[in-house]
Amino acid sequence: MDWSQVLQWGFVIALVTAGIRLAVPVLLAVLGEIITERSGILNLGLEGIMIVGAAGGFMTAYYLETGPLAGLAGSWSAWLGLGAGMLAGMAMGLLMAVLSITLHVDQVIAGVTLVLFGHGLADYFYRLQFSSLTARVTGLEQISIPLLSDIPVLGELLFRYDPTVYLTVFLVFLTWFFLFHTTWGLNIRSIGEHPAATETSGINVNLGRYAATLIGAGLAGLGGATLTVVQLGLFREGITAGRGWIAVALVIFARWRPGLALVGALLFGLADALQFRIQALSQVERGVGTLPYEFLLMLPYLLTLIALLYRRGRRDAPAALGIPYTQDSH
Amino acid sequence: MTQEQTEAINTGQTESRNRALWRALGPPVIGAVIGFVIGALLILMAGANVQEAYTAMLRGAFGGSRQITETVLKAAPLLLVGLGLTVAFRARVWNIGGEGQFFVGALIGAVIALNFPDWPRPLLLSIMLLGGVVGGMLWAMLAGVMKIKWGVSEIISTLMFNYIAILLVQYMARGPLQEPGGYLPQSAQFVPEARLPLLFDSRIHAGVILAVILVAVVYGLLWATPLGFRLRMVGSRSSVARYAGVSVEKSILFVMAFSGGLIGLAGIIEVSTQLTRLKGDISGGFGFAGILVALLGRMHPLGVAIASILFAALIIGSESMHVVSGLPNSLADAIQAVIVLSVLAVDALARRRQK
Repeated sequence: MDWSQVLQWGFVIALVTAGIRLAVPVLLAVLGEIITERSGILNLGLEGIMIVGAAGGFMTAYYLETGPLAGLAGSWSAWLGLGAGMLAGMAMGLLMAVLSITLHVDQVIAGVTLVLFGHGLADYFYRLQFSSLTARVTGLEQISIPLLSDIPVLGELLFRYDPTVYLTVFLVFLTWFFLFHTTWGLNIRSIGEHPAATETSGINVNLGRYAATLIGAGLAGLGGATLTVVQLGLFREGITAGRGWIAVALVIFARWRPGLALVGALLFGLADALQFRIQALSQVERGVGTLPYEFLLMLPYLLTLIALLYRRGRRDAPAALGIPYTQDSH
Repeated sequence: MTQEQTEAINTGQTESRNRALWRALGPPVIGAVIGFVIGALLILMAGANVQEAYTAMLRGAFGGSRQITETVLKAAPLLLVGLGLTVAFRARVWNIGGEGQFFVGALIGAVIALNFPDWPRPLLLSIMLLGGVVGGMLWAMLAGVMKIKWGVSEIISTLMFNYIAILLVQYMARGPLQEPGGYLPQSAQFVPEARLPLLFDSRIHAGVILAVILVAVVYGLLWATPLGFRLRMVGSRSSVARYAGVSVEKSILFVMAFSGGLIGLAGIIEVSTQLTRLKGDISGGFGFAGILVALLGRMHPLGVAIASILFAALIIGSESMHVVSGLPNSLADAIQAVIVLSVLAVDALARRRQK
């Protein structure tokens, strides 16, 4: 492979824009999980929630585009698909909340089982509806922000995306503002640090944890739906490819902070984009010495491991993370 | 002691024994019922006939000696993975990298099988199995070392190692190990000497017997050795264990190695007997289903054995159900997870009522 191609300007722009897009689904899940974990609930079910959101969102969008209601929703079908993915994610989140908050099931066990449940459920319903694997949806159109998108280089890099990209950036800000500058955010954080003390000050710990878990799962479901409805336009078994688990790792990497989550997700997105691009280049000139694509596909997973090594342990984690709370225990 | 008192004590004992039995068996039984009820709802949502679908499933899994053989063959790897994970989960080490350890075990075993086809059969088979064990062991210990040295959560690291191992095997199967002159992403077929012997004039192979023997071994390890006692202590209260001088670090490494070894063994057995060659996709999710098997089996070797049969029956039966009713066989995956989720919930409710 000719590495000088990698260093060309056009390649870099294509890489960065693809990286930003690929960061979106995982970043949505990371933001959600930050809110959930800040309340003290470790929701390891993200991968299962994302795949259910991905399947639910895709199937909804597909039926609105082609079913008996075709045309009725018009260009809104993708948006409704995203909403359906979010709701599907919240339904899964409710299951996690009942198990971990009300029933005090070990959160690790509940989360891992939820992932397997999500995979089974998503595959079942998808294969039930689609016998062939050719179903596609059209997704959302790119919005070029007037004037700004005309700036050379910068316009191309930052202002020509589909709306979910802008929405996600806004959500990073919103999550930060919510957690650190609103009373509700403060309450959620203190529930995650000192649930018993928070309860004494008149705040319902379990209610707060339910809310945080549902919001988190909704965002993860939205992330999954963004992947299938907006970015790929299709669904496959295991399409989330570990993004839910990577999101769990990125929460640790981001030290439970939305701003750092943006950085982590972008790193992940760039690694993902890089492996796609190098694959595409390698295919053009299948010479000797090209890296096998399997090793390129390993890149995001290796990067995740490195990110975990970089931020070791539970420093900065909410003090009550993963510990069930009993209201009458004091 | 009067006779009345003795009787009272005896009835008390039977009562508590009954209660213990109920506590052990109740949740899985209730969980299984809930699992099949929800499965029935999923079948109804698909507009299919529940009775027809479940009958097909039952017949497919247990309808005759051929079906029972298939179920047993599917149960063996589930049992091995479930046993390995039982030891890890007992020490509260969450190895969810079974899938990767299965693949690496199969890979190392396959490399041996493909490179030394002339070795005498007993030697070749033992080295293959050993290679599978060592492969799975080392792959799991990577995550163990990362945990004790750098505090990296084994949950995420073992999961990342899953994806890496699967990609590695996919590369090997279409690259260096591909059948010479072949087009498919798979190795050449193993020589007959590299396949585990079959028993009782059937397709049941020696690996099944090995899995059954390991039920007793794991039971002995957990409840009849000081090591097992220490592991369980690390799992139930690690601070106490530390105080009593048990090295939590060594325990983590041990259970990682042990579980990875058993799972790697499952990998090479599956490849040696069922596929007889290395392929890009060799597992069908044993590493993940094994997690559910360990949980449903209540992390007890006997329970895990029963759970592995049930799950194998679900997997094999769902294939017949797919043919008869046209339902996707991923219904089996959903039912398996619902069963375990229900067991978790029932367990939690039971614990609540006790308080």
